[in-house]
Amino acid sequence: MSRNLIIGTALSALFVTLAAVSFLWTPHDIETLDIPNKLQTPSGTHVLGTDHFGRDILSMIMMGARTSIAVALVAVGIGMAIGIPLGLLAAARRGALLDELIMRGNDLVFAFPSLVIAILITAVFGASAVNAIIAIGIFNIPVFARLTRGAALPLWERDFILAARVCGKSAARISVEHILPNITNLMIVQGTIQFSLGILAEAALSYIGLGAQPPTASWGRMLADAQTLVSIAPHTALVPGFAILLMVLGLNLLGDGLRDWLDPRIRVARV
Amino acid sequence: MIRYALGRLTSLVISLFVASLVIFAVIEVIPGDPAAFMLGVNARPDTIAALRAEMGLDQSVVTRYFDWVTGLLRGDFGQSWTYKTPVAELIADRIWVSLPLAIYALILSTLIAFPAGIYAASHRGGPGDITIMGATQLGVAVPNFWFAMILVLIFAINLRWFSAGGFPGWDNPFQAVKSLTLPAIALALPQAAILARVMRSSLLDMLGEDFIRTARAKGLTRRQALWKHAVRNALIPVLTIIGLQFSFLLAGGIIIEQVFFLPGLGRLIFQSISARDLIVVESVVMLLVFTVIVVNFAVDIAYAAVDPRLRAKA
Repeated sequence: MSRNLIIGTALSALFVTLAAVSFLWTPHDIETLDIPNKLQTPSGTHVLGTDHFGRDILSMIMMGARTSIAVALVAVGIGMAIGIPLGLLAAARRGALLDELIMRGNDLVFAFPSLVIAILITAVFGASAVNAIIAIGIFNIPVFARLTRGAALPLWERDFILAARVCGKSAARISVEHILPNITNLMIVQGTIQFSLGILAEAALSYIGLGAQPPTASWGRMLADAQTLVSIAPHTALVPGFAILLMVLGLNLLGDGLRDWLDPRIRVARV
Repeated sequence: MIRYALGRLTSLVISLFVASLVIFAVIEVIPGDPAAFMLGVNARPDTIAALRAEMGLDQSVVTRYFDWVTGLLRGDFGQSWTYKTPVAELIADRIWVSLPLAIYALILSTLIAFPAGIYAASHRGGPGDITIMGATQLGVAVPNFWFAMILVLIFAINLRWFSAGGFPGWDNPFQAVKSLTLPAIALALPQAAILARVMRSSLLDMLGEDFIRTARAKGLTRRQALWKHAVRNALIPVLTIIGLQFSFLLAGGIIIEQVFFLPGLGRLIFQSISARDLIVVESVVMLLVFTVIVVNFAVDIAYAAVDPRLRAKA
C-alpha cells in the first residue's frame, strides 16, 4: 500500500468516525447556548474551544462532518445513479443519435459555471441541505456519464464482449454483466474525487448561507459565523477550515492511492 | 478550419439558447409573487395587479421569454425593479470589480504555476518536485473563501498591509489594485495548484517524446531542449486549462466578493435574490454563463488553430 493510500484512508476514516460517533455522543450538546462561556480558547473542557454562542466547537465539527458527508455522498450518488447508466447507454449505442444527444447534453451541463447555477438553484428553491445536494449532484452527472462512456467504448471492441454477443446477450445485459464490472474501479476512484469536490462545494454554499440552515451544524456556516470574529477569536475560523482542508486532502489522497492500487499495470510498474 | 469553427459556432449558439431557457425556467418557478413581495403583506389586490402589469408579469410566459431574449440581444437587460435603473447600468458598474479581479487572479495563478510546474517536471523525483507536488495537494484541498479569511487575518488584521475589505473605486488605480490583491491571491492559489499539476504532467509527457531525444542527440543541452522544444509543446494543454479556469475565477469571485465585501457581480446577485429582483438575477447569471461559454468556445478555436490534428478529427 502506498503512503497516499494510508494517509488518505486514515484522514477519511477519522472524519467518518467523528460523524458516526456524533449520532451517539458528542462532548457537549450543541443546541443549548452557553453565552457566558462564549469564544473560549481550547481548554480541558472544550478541547477546540467554543464559538460565539458558547457552543463546543469539537461537537459542532462532529455534527458538521455529518452534514458534509451526507450532502457530498448523496450528491455523488445522484451523479453515479444517473451518469453511469447514461454513459453505458451512450457506449452501447455508440455513433447513433442517442449517443450524440447524451454527449451533447453532457457538454452543455459542463459549459455551465456550476457554482453560479448552484447559487441560482438554492436561491430559487430555498436554501437547504436537500437543495444543495441537488445543485451539486446535477453537475456530477456529466462527469460520470463521460467517464463511463470513455471507459466502456474500448471494452465494446474486446473479444469477450464479442463472445457475449455471439451468445445472444442483449446490449443491456452486456452493459450490466460485462462492461460495468470492468469499469467499477474507475468509478470508485472518480467517486472519491467527486466526493471531495462535493465537500468543498457544500462548504462554499453553506458559507454564503445557501446550504444547510441552522440549527443544523455545517462547516461552511461555522466559517461564515467566524468571519466577523476572526480578529478576536481566530480559532473559530481556523478549526472548521482545517476540518475541510484535512477531509478534502484525505479524500484526494485516498483517490490517488486507490487509483494506483486498483490499477494492476501501475502496481507492476512500481515493483 | 472553417468547417470546424462553424461546427463549434453552431454548438455555441445551441448552448446559449438552452442556457437562456434553463435560466428563464428556473426563475419562472421561483416561489412567491415578486409584485406581492415588493408591496408587502398589507397591499391591496388591485395595487398588486397594477404593479404586475407594470412589471409585465401579466403577460404569457412565452411573450416574456421572447421579450427578455430579444432585449438581451439588443443589449437591453431590462429595468431593475428595486433599483429603478437599467440592469445594464448596474452590471456595468460592478463588472469593473469582478472582471479585473478574475483577470488579476488568472495572471497570478499563471505566474505561480508556470515556474512551479516547469521546475517540478525538470527535477522529477527530487526534493523540489516532492515539495511542489505536496503544496499542490494542499492547494487543491483548501477552500478559497477560508484561505481568504486567513489572508485577512494575517495581512490585514495583524500586519495591516492591506485593508480587510471594500473597494475604493478606480479613481486611484494603485489603491484599487491593492484592494483587489488579497482577493486575487485567494482566488488564484487553488487554481495555481491545479495549473502547476497540469503543467508538470504535460511537460513530463513531452520530455519522454522522441523529438526531445532527437534534439538532445543533435547536441542541445538538457536546458535548451527543455525550453526550446518541450515547454512550447507542453503549453498547448495548459492553455486549455487556463481558458477553463477563467470561468472558475469569474464564478468563484462571487464567493470571494462576499468575504472582502467587494461591490461586484456576486454581491449584486445576492442583493437581487433577497430583494426578489428577478430580472437582475436572470440577466447577471445569463451574462456569466454567456461569458463562460464564449471563453470556452474561443479556447476551442485557439486550440484548433495551433493543433492541426484536432481540426482533422472534427
